[in-house]
Amino acid sequence: MEKDQDKIISDVTTTEYKYGFYSDIEMDRIPKGLSEEVVRLISAKKNEPEWLLEFRLKSYHHWLTMKMPTWPNLKIAPINYQDIIFYAAPKERKNTGNIDDIDPELKKTFDKLGIPLQEQKHLAGVAVDAVIDSVSIKTTFKETLAEMGIIFCSFSDAVKEYPDLVKRYMGSVVPYTDNFFATLNSAVFSDGSFCYIPKGVRCPMELSTYFRINSANTGQFERTLLIADEEAYVSYLEGCTAPSRDENQLHAAIVEIVAEKNAEVKYSTVQNWYPGDKDGKGGVYNFVTKRGMCKGENSKISWTQIETGSAITWKYPSCILRGDNSTGEFYSVAVTNNHQQADTGTKMIHIGKNTKSTIVSKGISAGRGQNSYRGLVKVLKNATNARNYSQCDSLLLGDKCGAHTFPYLEVDNSTAIVEHEATTSKIGEDQIFYCNQRGISTEDAIGLIVNGYAREVINKLPMEFAVEAQKLLQISLEGSVG
Amino acid sequence: MLVINNLKASIDGKNILKGISLEIKPGEIHAIMGPNGSGKSTLAAVLAGREFVKVTEGTVTYFGKNLLEMAPEDRAKEGIFLGFQYPIEIPGVSMVNFMKTAVNEHRKFKGLEPLTASDFLKMMRDKKELVEIDSKLANRSVNEGFSGGEKKKNEIFQMAMLEPKLAILDETDSGLDIDALRIVANGVNKLKRPDNSFIVITHYQRLLDYIVPDIVHVLYDGRIVKTAGKELAFELEEKGYDWIKKEIENTVS
Repeated sequence: MEKDQDKIISDVTTTEYKYGFYSDIEMDRIPKGLSEEVVRLISAKKNEPEWLLEFRLKSYHHWLTMKMPTWPNLKIAPINYQDIIFYAAPKERKNTGNIDDIDPELKKTFDKLGIPLQEQKHLAGVAVDAVIDSVSIKTTFKETLAEMGIIFCSFSDAVKEYPDLVKRYMGSVVPYTDNFFATLNSAVFSDGSFCYIPKGVRCPMELSTYFRINSANTGQFERTLLIADEEAYVSYLEGCTAPSRDENQLHAAIVEIVAEKNAEVKYSTVQNWYPGDKDGKGGVYNFVTKRGMCKGENSKISWTQIETGSAITWKYPSCILRGDNSTGEFYSVAVTNNHQQADTGTKMIHIGKNTKSTIVSKGISAGRGQNSYRGLVKVLKNATNARNYSQCDSLLLGDKCGAHTFPYLEVDNSTAIVEHEATTSKIGEDQIFYCNQRGISTEDAIGLIVNGYAREVINKLPMEFAVEAQKLLQISLEGSVG
Repeated sequence: MLVINNLKASIDGKNILKGISLEIKPGEIHAIMGPNGSGKSTLAAVLAGREFVKVTEGTVTYFGKNLLEMAPEDRAKEGIFLGFQYPIEIPGVSMVNFMKTAVNEHRKFKGLEPLTASDFLKMMRDKKELVEIDSKLANRSVNEGFSGGEKKKNEIFQMAMLEPKLAILDETDSGLDIDALRIVANGVNKLKRPDNSFIVITHYQRLLDYIVPDIVHVLYDGRIVKTAGKELAFELEEKGYDWIKKEIENTVS
C-alpha cells in the first residue's frame, strides 16, 4: 500500500503546469539591458508624450539610487537587470478593437488559455483586456461599456486618449519613489489596463485583465490604474500565466486604485505564474505593488487574491483609508508548494474617522514551500474609532515546509480597536483517513480539506472564478502529502 | 463475506491482536464486546486499512479478495464502512459537498454516472428522514462543532448514504444519551438487509437492547475468548468482564 501511495505521489508531482506552453509569435524585442537609452526607447516605441517620458526618466534616476529590499523572508538569487529584455511586443500589433487584426497565433494562445477575445462568448458577463508581454492586444466590450461612460482600455491608449485622467491619478497612490520595484516599474512599465467608472455608474459586468508572459528573458512590467468616481462600483479581476522555463523571469507590476466618495472597488487576483519545476528551477519572480486609496467618505476597496503560482511572490495589496467611514478588506489564499516562496500580506492605513479594515489571510505550505504573512495595521492620530480585525491562518502539509507570520501594529489613537487572531494547523492524517474511509482518494481529500480551509476567501471571488480557483488550489497542491 | 484467519497485528511494535479468527456471513449482525484495551478498535482499524496498525500475521478475505492489500478508499468503495469512535472534524467542508464527493466516488466505482445536484439533494433528504437526523446537520461543516451525539448520528447518516455491505460500528454507542442511542440503533435496524452485515463493537451491553446481534464475541487481550448467541451479552452485563478474565486465568493456570 505504501508503494501505491508513492506511485500516486510521483504521478501527480510530475503533473505539468498546464499553462507552460510557448507560442511562436513574431515579436519586436529591444536589446537586453537597462539604461536611460532603453527607457527612452520604450517611451519612443509607444509614441509617448513628453510628460510621461519625464516621469519615466525621473523614476529611472531615482531607481539607480535604490537598493533591493532585504527585509522579506525570501531567498532571492541576484537579479541581473542587464540580462533582461524590458520590452517585447507582438509585431504588427494594432489594438484596433477588431478581432480580425489580431495575429491568429495570438488568438490561438488566448483560446488555449480559455480567455475569450471574442465578445458574446460563454463569458459574456466579463470584459477582458488581454496583455501579452509588454502590450495589450485586445480589449473586449469596449463599446458596450463606453455607452455607460465607462472607460476600459489599455494603459497606452489611455495615455493618448485620456491624458488628463492619467496625469491626475498615476502615481497618486503609488508614488514613483515608493519602493525599489515600484520605481523600476515607473521607469520601464510597458502596458496594462486603465479603467474609469464615472459618477454614479455601477459597472454591469466583471472587468478583467489577463496577463501572459510569452517571450524568454523578458520582464513584464505592467501598470493598472482603476478609478471609481463618486457612487461608482466595479468588480475587477486579473489572471496571470507564463510558459515553463528554466530561468527565472521578473514580473514587477503596479496596481493603483482610487475610490472616491461612496465608491466601491472589488479587485480579485488569480495569480498562476509559472511556479518553477519541482526542484525549484525556473519560475516567475512576482514583485508587485498594489495599493488602493479610499479617498472619499464611505468608500470601500476590497482585495481578494488567490496566489498559487510564481517561484517567489512579494506583494502586499494595501488600502489607505483616508475618507471617513471608509472600509478596506484583504482576503488572501497563498499556496507555496515544492520550492515556492511567498512573503505576502497587506497594509491597512487608517487615516479617516470610523474607518474599518478586515484582513483574512490563509497560507498553505506544502513540499519545501515557505509562506510568510506580513501585515501592517496602522491607525493614525485622527482616526477615531478605527476598527481592524485580522485573522491569519496557516496550514501545513508535510514537515519540510514553513509558515511564518509577521504582524505589525502601530496604533496612535486610543479609541481604536484592533484584533488579531492567528492559527497554525496541519492537515491531519486523521482527516485524510476519514475521507479515504468514505471512498475519497487522498488527492481528492486534500483538495476538499484545502478548499474547506480556504472557503472564506474563495467565496469572495466572483462566481465564475470561484470554481476555477478551487480547481487551481487542488492542482497546485497535488502530490504534496506523503 | 468476511473471513478473518489468525490475524495478528501490532502498533508501534506492541502486539495488540494476537490471533483472531472470525467469519461473517451476509445478513448477520456480530457484536464484539470486551474490556478497554482488549483490541476492539484495533480490529476495526485493521479492517478499514489504517496504516499505523501493522499486520504481522494472518489473512483477511473479503468477498474472496485479500482485503489487506486494498487501499482504504478501495475498501470503502467495495462496501466497507467504518463508523468512527471519534468522528473527525473537517472545517469549511460542508456535509453536502463531502457526501456528494463520497457518493459519486462510489458511483464511479460501480460504473454509474454522478448524481445530479437535485437527485443528490433528494437522496440526502430521504436518508435524513430514514435515520431521523436533524436536517440542519447537512448544512454545516463535517462534524465541526457537533456535539458528541450529533457526531455519532452523523456517522449513521453517512452509513445510510453509502449503503455499505459491511458496516463496522466502533463504539458508536459511547457517550450517547438514551434518545441518541435509540436513533443510532434504529438507523442500523432500518438499514439491515439480508445481504448486508454489521460488526457492532461495544463496551456495554445496553446498545444490544436495541440492536439484536446474531452472534456475540468477547475479545480479551487480543484474542476472541468466547463466542455465543445474544444471551452472552446478558451474561456479561450481569457478571461483568471480571467473570471472563477469571475464567481465562483459570484455564491458563
